[in-house]
Amino acid sequence: MSEELKVPTMAQYMAEGKQPEVLFWVGCAGSFDDRAKKITKAFVKILNKIGVDFAVLGTEESCTGDPAKRAGNEFLFQMQAMTNIEVLNSYEVKKIVTACPHCFNTIKNEYPSLGGEYKIVHHTQFLKGLMDEGRLKIEGGKFKGKRITYHDPCYLGRGNGEYEAPRELLKKLDVELVEMKSCKQKGLCCGAGGAQMFKDAEKGDKEVNVHRTEEAIETKPDAIAAGCPFCNTMMTDGVKTKEKENDIEVLDVVEMIANAEDL
Amino acid sequence: MQFIPQILFLLALGFGLVFFARNVQRMRRNIKLGRDLDRSDQKDKRLSKMLRVAMGQSKMVTKPIAGTLHVIVYVGFVIINIEVLEIIIDGLFGTHRVFSFIGPAYGFLIGSFEILALLVAVSVILFWIRRNIIKIKRFILTEMKGWPKNDANYILYIELVLMILFLTMNGADLHLQQVGAAGYAHEAGVVGAFPISQYIAPFFEGMAEASVIVIERAAWWMHILGILFFLNYLYYSKHLHILLAFPNVYFSNLKPQGEFRNLEAVTDEVKMMMDPDADPFAEPEAGDEEEMPEKFGASDVQDLSWFQLLSSYTCTECGRCTAECPANQTGKLLSPRKIMMSTRDRLEEVGEGLNKDKNFKPEDDGKQLLDDYITREELWACTTCNACVEACPVGIDPLSIIMDMRQYLVMEESAAPSELNGAMTNIENNGAPWPYNQQDRLGWAEEA
Repeated sequence: MSEELKVPTMAQYMAEGKQPEVLFWVGCAGSFDDRAKKITKAFVKILNKIGVDFAVLGTEESCTGDPAKRAGNEFLFQMQAMTNIEVLNSYEVKKIVTACPHCFNTIKNEYPSLGGEYKIVHHTQFLKGLMDEGRLKIEGGKFKGKRITYHDPCYLGRGNGEYEAPRELLKKLDVELVEMKSCKQKGLCCGAGGAQMFKDAEKGDKEVNVHRTEEAIETKPDAIAAGCPFCNTMMTDGVKTKEKENDIEVLDVVEMIANAEDL
Repeated sequence: MQFIPQILFLLALGFGLVFFARNVQRMRRNIKLGRDLDRSDQKDKRLSKMLRVAMGQSKMVTKPIAGTLHVIVYVGFVIINIEVLEIIIDGLFGTHRVFSFIGPAYGFLIGSFEILALLVAVSVILFWIRRNIIKIKRFILTEMKGWPKNDANYILYIELVLMILFLTMNGADLHLQQVGAAGYAHEAGVVGAFPISQYIAPFFEGMAEASVIVIERAAWWMHILGILFFLNYLYYSKHLHILLAFPNVYFSNLKPQGEFRNLEAVTDEVKMMMDPDADPFAEPEAGDEEEMPEKFGASDVQDLSWFQLLSSYTCTECGRCTAECPANQTGKLLSPRKIMMSTRDRLEEVGEGLNKDKNFKPEDDGKQLLDDYITREELWACTTCNACVEACPVGIDPLSIIMDMRQYLVMEESAAPSELNGAMTNIENNGAPWPYNQQDRLGWAEEA
């Protein structure tokens, strides 16, 4: 665990006149949120271990504009988008991987018409690709036989139709994958999307994240797997609200792979 | 004298169709109040989606019970309409079962209509039980009080009565054919097959032939008048989906659900702001002013696209969207179904204004969709999760209306909730929704 992470920046690559295989778009949560930073690091550990040639934008990265757009602030969104596109295009970026479904969706679907066309994949799709190529070997490790339920992030699942890549990775871990009563196309939101993460909820009789966590708890899981830093926060809070934090872990799929490898 | 029924029939049919055409015309006019939206692309894909989702009912059957019952009523409705064609011809020309010349196939047709009619009647009764006895939650939510609840039941009553009349008519007709009544008997013997109404026919035994003819005629007339009434009831009810589901699915969004439309007017402005060579005082090019929308986002129906307005007429208030909505499930005010119902209610109100005065403008009555129909609390409760869009069996996108209205709130009124304003200020200043310094963005790499 003490190994140092190798995190080259695009600027460094540029200075050496090289192009990385892929740009890792870290995202705001992955950069600043303490919980999400662990996901970022787990992903980088795997990339380091199997020797994927990647780089980050570092201080040149900025919010994709997703929360601004979904809050209704199209100006701020497009300002962010165009600034990012300028940076990405100046580095001639072609391929991007990100651990945040919101960044993924925004760059994949909303950047092209603003001049930013890249091949972007979610980290679970990227890892699945590495697995299929034989570069990434996944074995059960500490999660073997554990009951795991996977929470579909809206912007990966319904938003972009990716339900299988994360599940296939989990199956490779030899876990007992159990589905919640609403999953895949009918997956229930964690409550963070649409900029809800950054505001209090409207008046109601329950918080959305608690509602979703209850669905997860019904499956009696050892851990809840997520593929989004915001879902992760919401589900972690939900598990705490239900006082189950000692029984149920909330982990990103990539953290489970890294843990299984004991990275 | 003998032509009087035919003349009356022609009048009823003409009146029914003209009145319906007038309402279709009004609906078209109202839908065209919406903003332009190009959905003329990918015709093959649109057609196949329409065949699959609207004709094939692919999303209905995700709920197996409601889906199966609905498929029965849908197939029944479509198939039995072949019989309506014969009824219209008989009505106009005073013939009796004019299609019977096709021979044994006619028996098969009438027989299948009868079986379908019975299945439809049973399904309709089960639908009624689901709404009124079992009280399935999505049918009894707040927006379903009053007219929407009654409307749904009226539709079921009309359909049930139509099926009963159809079978009664056939039963009486069978009896009259069997006794060889004038105008009913055919040389070839009994025409048509009556697998269901053969059990009704015995009730007429022993009755005077004239009485049975009265019953048969009454059922025949009430059945066809009922259909004409139902056709015209559609516009005033939630039941337009039987017609509009097809265009609505055809014109529905084909892009990934996660993709929200980029406003071109904003792109132009942002490009100018970011272009160091741009001259902010430059005269706009000729024609440019027209392209600038009067306002960003939507506060009233004319700010929405024609497709969104079409969808408001298409919505049949099934509530599958609302049942899947995380905000609604957790007791928030938001209901995607109500967003569609409110849009239609306001559009109808504007339409009424136009009926009275064709120069009427939506702003003339001092009301608008925002606040008067849809509250800010509803709009801000949405997590943009697309569950409502996924759930809709006919391709309606309530989320797009919520987003357009949020854009109005933020860009025209600067009326975002204060925490969101904080997050947006952070994005503007630090490039992240939280107040962290952009220079620390790589801090995590050193923490390992």
